[in-house]
Amino acid sequence: MLSVTQNEPVEFAPTLLAKFADIVGRYPEGRHKSALLPILHEVQAHFGWLSVPAMDQVASYLKLEPIEVYEVATFYTMYFLQPQGKYMLEVCRTGPCCLVGAERIMEHLEDRLGVKEGEVTADGLFSWRGVECLAACGFGPVLQIGPEYTFYENLTEEKVDELLTNLKNNAGSQPLSANS
Amino acid sequence: MARKLLLANINVPGINTLEVYRQKGGYRAVEKALKTMTPDEVVEEVKKSGLRGRGGAGFPTGMKWSFLAKPEGVPRYLVCNGDESEPGTFKDRFLMTYIPHALIEGMIVSSYALGAKVSYIYVRGEMMPQIRILEKAIAEAKAAGLLGKNILGTGYDLELYVQPGGGAYICGEETALLESLEGKRGNPRLKPPFPAVSGLYGSPTVVNNVESIAATVPIINDGGEEYAKIGIERSTGTKLISASGNINKPGVYEIELGVPVEEFIYSDEYCGGIANGKRFKAMVAGGSSVPILPANLATKTAKGESRLMTYESLADGGFVSGSSMGSGGFIVFDEDQCIVRNTWNFARFYHHESCGQCSPCREGTGWMEKILHRLEYGHGSFSDMDLLVDVSKKIEGNTICPLGDASAWPVASAIRHFRDEFEWHVSNREESQIRNYGLAHYADPLEPLVQS
Ligand SMILES: Cc1cc2nc3c(=O)[nH]c(=O)nc-3n(C[C@H](O)[C@H](O)[C@H](O)COP(=O)(O)O)c2cc1C
Ligand code: SF4
Ligand code: FES
Repeated sequence: MLSVTQNEPVEFAPTLLAKFADIVGRYPEGRHKSALLPILHEVQAHFGWLSVPAMDQVASYLKLEPIEVYEVATFYTMYFLQPQGKYMLEVCRTGPCCLVGAERIMEHLEDRLGVKEGEVTADGLFSWRGVECLAACGFGPVLQIGPEYTFYENLTEEKVDELLTNLKNNAGSQPLSANS
Repeated sequence: MARKLLLANINVPGINTLEVYRQKGGYRAVEKALKTMTPDEVVEEVKKSGLRGRGGAGFPTGMKWSFLAKPEGVPRYLVCNGDESEPGTFKDRFLMTYIPHALIEGMIVSSYALGAKVSYIYVRGEMMPQIRILEKAIAEAKAAGLLGKNILGTGYDLELYVQPGGGAYICGEETALLESLEGKRGNPRLKPPFPAVSGLYGSPTVVNNVESIAATVPIINDGGEEYAKIGIERSTGTKLISASGNINKPGVYEIELGVPVEEFIYSDEYCGGIANGKRFKAMVAGGSSVPILPANLATKTAKGESRLMTYESLADGGFVSGSSMGSGGFIVFDEDQCIVRNTWNFARFYHHESCGQCSPCREGTGWMEKILHRLEYGHGSFSDMDLLVDVSKKIEGNTICPLGDASAWPVASAIRHFRDEFEWHVSNREESQIRNYGLAHYADPLEPLVQS
């Protein structure tokens, strides 16, 4: 669901606008709507999620009705319509990964982070959720972390602990989002 | 050792760069096609090869290309399907990660054959690292005069772009993919019109899988007839198989079509046998959408012949005792796995991924998930199995796109072959919550559990 309460105005930085222009250039004249999915990925990489004002800005940039942006943002699972933890850990929960222990990994994450699927830890660092097959079934269990979607494969409980520690230790070295 | 056409150089250091790829003979197919062949000759060569689409449906690629409408003054498009979301399938990701120029080269050759001036590679959004790899490879190829204006001085122009998806299995279906590429929700289109007549932006379009496109490179290099010499009958050439589940060596293998299933599972060249010394219980041959088979029917057909990794042999027996090559997502289950739980997991997947346009699919996948959930958690009844089959039959064939069928077949086949395991979950409610049913008789080749 769209978040209607968190609606601070947003402005797109020139670097972001330059990326938009580059993307629009990939399609034939008049077919700029094709740029919508890639542009929403750029916006999410920048702000961490898609707020209504951000989507409205995208609509006006691409000369679309806002509803055309909302209907796309709500259809696809990669777009976050609410703020998430700085690191959103997405664990594959589909059949082949479950054959090699994906469910154990999700239980372990819930245990370690102390939050349920979709919730954010108190320090704002982590959230986690199950996602569908990530095309890495032979290397399961597997999880990915956006916005670059780095993959962590052949997971064990120990590897998850190590990953969480590393992420915690590195958390200070990058700004929470490229925008803040 | 089997012949390798796509992955022969996969272990060469630096093969992901243009320089090394070219040193290993890369981009010869572009030179040959653009400099010495007409587009129709390229199509003809692909027809001769017998190549069948590697995305799942197995439709002959050359024939598909020859259906492309060519009205004057209207652009034509080639769109590569890199959505790869079928559970059990991970070969396209592998190819794009390690040998991206194989796909770029195939895209140039194929675009030339179809007369496309702009082509897109649609890659699922979660593969951001692969998108970056492809973009880098495209930039390299462009700098070397292999893309852009007047390629290699032949007068042929081609621009190639990578498009990210947004996270939706349904966008692997070709018309949903085209909707998504146009910046819309991934709702499959009603056919006809087919993409060959009205596809991307209403123009004639061919959609092909990553592996199909990459396979055009050896076909052009060595000739369609050479390619067709590999394999058996109408299953020509090599195929990438994604092997996952309870095996010693999961991974992507390039096989010559025709390898016996038994050899594929047990030989050290491929899966290396069942992991942890367990016994083999079941297999899904071609991704979650195809029927599951118990061990006895996996390695032998109902007639008792050795089952081979070909389109024909995997499908031998039809829905009663066969499966399908599908996308080559080979999933192996050991004796400890619960078929009810896995079937529930797959039903949940299809319910989650249904685009919601057709009521039989939208509602039916939800019902199947719910019924399987109660069976798995010990609240089911004996009538539930017939109910599941009934729901699956009402979805099958009554929907806009094949996702409906894809959701129905795994459920119907699991009940056909493993009904006793489902019934055990009803008659042993408590026990089924603490242990799995085990192997039962499925591994006994003398006793195939086939009902017609
Ligand atoms: C629900 C659904 C999902 C599909 N997913 C994929 C996919 O991820 N990759 C793919 O190449 N084809 C997929 N297909 C098949 C495509 O619709 C299409 O047949 C294929 O891309 C054609 O390429 P080919 O002829 O080279 O196989 C899917 C089909 C359906 C119905
Ligand atoms: S069959 Fe399912 S996924 Fe396909 S169009 Fe209908 S509702 Fe959508
Ligand atoms: S099932 Fe987990 S990556 Fe495919």
